[in-house]
Amino acid sequence: MTEAATGGTDGAPQFPDGAAVRVKALMPPGHVRTPAYLRGKRGIVERRLGPFPSPEQLAYNLPAERLPLYRVRFTMAEVWGPAAERPDDTLDAEIYGPWLLPED
Amino acid sequence: MDRFDGKSWHDMGGGEGGALTDLPPDHDFALWEKRVDALMVLMTSKGHFSVDGLRRVLEDMGPRAFETMSYYERWMAAVNQNLVEAGLYTTTELGERMERVARRGGTYGLAADPRSTDRD
Amino acid sequence: MPHDHHDHDDHFHHEGISPSGHPYRADDDTPLTYWQTMEIAVRELLVEKGHVTAAEIAAQIDRMDARSPANGAAVVARAWTDPAFREHLLADGSAATREMGFDIGPMHLLAVENTPGVHNVIVCTLCSCYPRNLLGLPPDWYKSRAYRSRLVREPRRVLSEFGLTLPADTTIRVHDSTADMRYVVIPERPAGTEDWDADRLAALVTRDSMIGTGLPRPAA
Repeated sequence: MTEAATGGTDGAPQFPDGAAVRVKALMPPGHVRTPAYLRGKRGIVERRLGPFPSPEQLAYNLPAERLPLYRVRFTMAEVWGPAAERPDDTLDAEIYGPWLLPED
Repeated sequence: MDRFDGKSWHDMGGGEGGALTDLPPDHDFALWEKRVDALMVLMTSKGHFSVDGLRRVLEDMGPRAFETMSYYERWMAAVNQNLVEAGLYTTTELGERMERVARRGGTYGLAADPRSTDRD
Repeated sequence: MPHDHHDHDDHFHHEGISPSGHPYRADDDTPLTYWQTMEIAVRELLVEKGHVTAAEIAAQIDRMDARSPANGAAVVARAWTDPAFREHLLADGSAATREMGFDIGPMHLLAVENTPGVHNVIVCTLCSCYPRNLLGLPPDWYKSRAYRSRLVREPRRVLSEFGLTLPADTTIRVHDSTADMRYVVIPERPAGTEDWDADRLAALVTRDSMIGTGLPRPAA
């Protein structure tokens, strides 16, 4: 796999705390831990959580590569648009590096 | 019927749901349910499968299972699937043992009792 | 058709305690289901093949039964009364709670603190992730479609259904347990408890206050 596909070699983080990121808007079938409601949404790295084995491989009892995991903070306005109950309430979720893109 | 767009039924965030009022009172779990939970914890801690393996099978069971089976019934199905995949026993072995267990008696207490004598 | 165990059953039913010390439960006397049959069969196969022992299973159930929101309440009360522990808990929740005897195992604990103006609440939209080392097994509503679907979209409305209405200028932070972290909320210490010790404070800490769907009991 290329570095871009794995989100960094051996779980090394590619985004610093506070980085703006966007969740990839992919819709594959199968076991992934990125909630659909956050796909395509822009957030900020709240903190880096270190490397964790890939759930997509663990799910099938395969040897799992280590991926960087991030807590990403989204505003309700970003996630739900005008339907947000209150725009500046926030939503934090853990997202693995391969599901994140840098965002300006 | 909606066409599948890649979003799995278990991925519930943002969907519709009923009110969270008049919640049922808390309850203890039955012994067989605690045993399912214990098997899950022990067999994953021994490395035979992972919590993601459990989740993968639960997800593949589909929304009907979520509505029609209890939490630990679904867990039992998923633990079994992972153990078979890990090669710890075969499906035929399971079937034969289930038949033997069911012959011991019509209640969980009788069927699970290690002092019960299997009838051949 | 030997049935010599019936005598024992009658005896133990009378006592209400099994040989392993567990109380008998009502499900012992209800008709055997397919999935119960499978549980017995799988457990027996695993024991016979040497993958697990009956003693390990009993010990694991004892560990599970020993976990209750009292664990979390002890952690919260200590964080309220011991500033160094609070710092440790916020910096490394897994280690801080392990030191108190509440091992989270392979998962990682992240404690999120309510402050004036910020309220935290926890959900798992993808399954039922829960800080079992601190709170025991999750309540049914935590695993329900309603909670998992709605909390991330309309937390204020959901919290109001739990009887919790927050000030309009309070920011709500919803935490979706999507991966390897488990979360516990450190609620705000109730007013009027300045001279209380940790044991007395722990009695005010409810399970729901550590999920974020409630607040601690007020000082009486």
